[in-house]
Amino acid sequence: MTSKKDRVVELKKAVIRFAGDSGDGMQLTGNLFSDSTAFAGNDFATFPDYPAEIRAPQGTVSGVSGFQIHFGQVDIHTSGDLADVLVAMNPASLKANMSWITREAIIIVDSDAFTDKNLEKAGYKTDPLEDGTLNGHILVKAPISTMTKEAVKELNLDNKTAQKSKNMFALGIVFYMFNRDYKPTFKFFEQKFKANPLIIEANKAVLTAGYYFGDTLEAFANTYKVEPADLKKGLYRNVTGNLATAWGLMAASERSGRKIFLGSYPITPATEILQELTKHKELSVIALQAEDEIAGIVSSIGASFTGSLAVTSTSGPGLSLKSEAIGLAVITELPIVIIDVQRGGPSTGLPTKSEQSDLYQALFGRNGEAPVVVMSALSPADCFFAAYEACKISLEHMTPVILLTDGSIANGSEVFKIPKVADLANIIPPIVPANDPDYKPYKRNPETLSRRWALPGTAGLRHRLGGLEKDNVFGNVSHDPMNHQLMSELRKEKVERVANFIPEQEVIGDDNADILVVSWGGTYGVMLTAIEELRNEGKSVSLAHFKHIMPLPRNTRDILSRHKKILVCEINLGQFVNYLRMQFPEFAYLQYNKIQGLPFMVAELKDKVNELLND
Amino acid sequence: MENTIVTKNLVLSKEDFGSDQMVKWCPGCGDHAILKSIENVFPEMGIAKEDFVVVSGIGCSSRFPYYMNTYGFHGIHGRAAALATGVKLANPKLSVWMISGDGDSMAIGGNHFIHIARRNLDINYLMFNNKIYGLTKGQYSPTTPKGSKTKSSPQGSFETPFNPGELVIGARGKFFARVIDTNLKLMTQVFREAAEHKGTSIVEILANCVIFNNQVHALITGRETKDDNQIILEAGKPMIFGANNDKGIVLRGTKLVAVEIGKDGITEADLLVHDPSDPDPGIHLMLANMAPPELPAALGVIRSVAAETLEEAMYASIAHEKKVSKIKCVDDLLTSGATWTID
Repeated sequence: MTSKKDRVVELKKAVIRFAGDSGDGMQLTGNLFSDSTAFAGNDFATFPDYPAEIRAPQGTVSGVSGFQIHFGQVDIHTSGDLADVLVAMNPASLKANMSWITREAIIIVDSDAFTDKNLEKAGYKTDPLEDGTLNGHILVKAPISTMTKEAVKELNLDNKTAQKSKNMFALGIVFYMFNRDYKPTFKFFEQKFKANPLIIEANKAVLTAGYYFGDTLEAFANTYKVEPADLKKGLYRNVTGNLATAWGLMAASERSGRKIFLGSYPITPATEILQELTKHKELSVIALQAEDEIAGIVSSIGASFTGSLAVTSTSGPGLSLKSEAIGLAVITELPIVIIDVQRGGPSTGLPTKSEQSDLYQALFGRNGEAPVVVMSALSPADCFFAAYEACKISLEHMTPVILLTDGSIANGSEVFKIPKVADLANIIPPIVPANDPDYKPYKRNPETLSRRWALPGTAGLRHRLGGLEKDNVFGNVSHDPMNHQLMSELRKEKVERVANFIPEQEVIGDDNADILVVSWGGTYGVMLTAIEELRNEGKSVSLAHFKHIMPLPRNTRDILSRHKKILVCEINLGQFVNYLRMQFPEFAYLQYNKIQGLPFMVAELKDKVNELLND
Repeated sequence: MENTIVTKNLVLSKEDFGSDQMVKWCPGCGDHAILKSIENVFPEMGIAKEDFVVVSGIGCSSRFPYYMNTYGFHGIHGRAAALATGVKLANPKLSVWMISGDGDSMAIGGNHFIHIARRNLDINYLMFNNKIYGLTKGQYSPTTPKGSKTKSSPQGSFETPFNPGELVIGARGKFFARVIDTNLKLMTQVFREAAEHKGTSIVEILANCVIFNNQVHALITGRETKDDNQIILEAGKPMIFGANNDKGIVLRGTKLVAVEIGKDGITEADLLVHDPSDPDPGIHLMLANMAPPELPAALGVIRSVAAETLEEAMYASIAHEKKVSKIKCVDDLLTSGATWTID
């Protein structure tokens, strides 16, 4: 190896962003770098950023697909604010990402792609590689297209096929920069392209060429190394939120002994949940790709009636369509888990961007008094535990549960310490034994107020459910005024009593800080990072990040009462803060809202808190 | 087989399915006869009482589950097909009966109707067609004849109605039958055949709404007119109808034509012979579309074609995957693929 290897700079953490045309294979490149990061023992989190169109016009800014990875020797909770390294495969991807990199960022470009035509498509009047736009950055101009062609010359591939592996050249350069071993990636090629040995060779050759290009190039004064993180002992993997959600559901199915029935309709960004569940027929999953969102949930309600762990997965527009059916599950008091992977709204909105703006809909979006349990997932890996808990609450309390995840955590990934299914909390649905003389359809458990679950096919328990109001205990159709009052109150209290079965709210930081920052759901990673940094800087700030929303944890009022100021941060215009105002009007709330289809950045949160501390 | 309806020698009676709820349909409503017919069919099927599930949508007909002592589910408007799909797919051992009306099935539930027909789950789908919205007191439905004056079409409906049988066949459905609420014997026999058919069996029941659309089917059901305006199809038999059994159906060119036997040299041998099991839907479609005065309305089982059901395909796939997959439990799943250990 050359002498440059001696000049290795140690970093605590780094952010790399891979960007290219939506057909350039940037997601694969990012995923392969993630695998290598896992192999290097770092903690990490990733986020893909892709256009709504599968193949938007080539070379344009709207067609840029990106993948960001944040990795470190320290705990990593977010996919990172700004990138330290940008790989830009064409002018458009450089242009699209200039606001998302640090001032000193290293920029690696495919200089072959900076042609007059491509510059024009990207909207550049002059060449940014030459006109001073990138002053202050370390710019690595790599003729990636030419060198890829060169690297596979002996394999006699046509040019189109050869160019498909140019993303591996870029990956090779980055591997060199970060002193990564590329052998594990070779193994991936060998498995992935088993049927086509020529493609295996091409990818290996191009990756190696990229690696040696980095080595021989004078542009890098240093290479970098991020030492392994201090992770707890155990078995780990990388997981996206949508996969973790599907796995959490399957774990709950196994522990409850209820087979999963998923009725779902494809919708961005929730579709992977349907795709993952339908794969696992070996675990007895029944997945129906329904004709629409309504059939998705209603078929699940039918399955719930027969004793399945019923699930439907969707995003905001789909949740709107399911509203009436959720009411049916409320009045029939059947368990069902409704997963809403939130995206930008209203209407079709921003399908591939993330938001927290379905909270009102989840809490209130139904006719009549129709309370349901509403909870959220905190991070990609937490989706596993949140989905599991949603199933447990739904099955044990005989109630619909809406689980709110979002596009950021659904598609983002992080390191996941693999749990053992046997270590998860047990799930005991209130199933009625055959011929139970005591069975009445709406007779309730005095502690939870939930009715019991009598499954068709069981002798001695025949009964009728339906959307018409029923009398308490016996379950016959009833239009009696006092019965309706009673049933409405019972349904409400049943959901409220779930508070007795969920953990108390934790606070990170002091019990009586100058500012209590409040947040919920998928912003956990960025909130935690911001608060940790502020606290390390000696600021009197605490964080209460909520997972459970309806009902709220029992100690919520107590927590809110202990701090001087309350700042509620959300990716919407203030839905959780207004919910808190409704529940606890005695407190004054400040709010910080962002609704740009983008996650919070650590820096902007810190700025906001500092501003309030100085007031 | 593990995942199919179990039949055995059971001695059940009508009383086993009788509900303690008061039947609240209007006196004279056709739905009473349908209920009576179902009460005859259920006990003789050899299926345990607790294995029946009756599912419905919204409308007069959809109150049905409350009047049967089975497991029952009264759903939301238009969605009974989706509800029934979930019940059957989750537990194929159940005998699932779906009750719906022309508004529930053809308007708000039109999308689910075509998809349940296409998917072919083993469900018995009874559609009460009274060609009117009764529960909301008399608006036209998607099966109301063009020109009909109703509360929401005071100048006469401007819309072309659906023919449910045509929709079933268009949606590649495998079973379609039509009966009338005044013929209890035929109704009971057809319900039995629907139950025996493995697949989605859709039965259109021409039902009379005595309040809002009285005598809408009178030409087909009336004592004086029915013989010349209805034909009861039977598998393997020539298509004969008329008060004196002297009329028949022949295929002339590309059209069905009513003829008189003995006239113009026509004999019984010239008549079409009914074959409901023919996968080719051509003749079935023409039969479903026959209407007076040119042709008699076809009653009985018009189409009944054997095909794999959705649940058979899905459970076979599950059994196969269980056999071949290395993943036996969720722990196996979580530890499959790329993992690494921190010591």
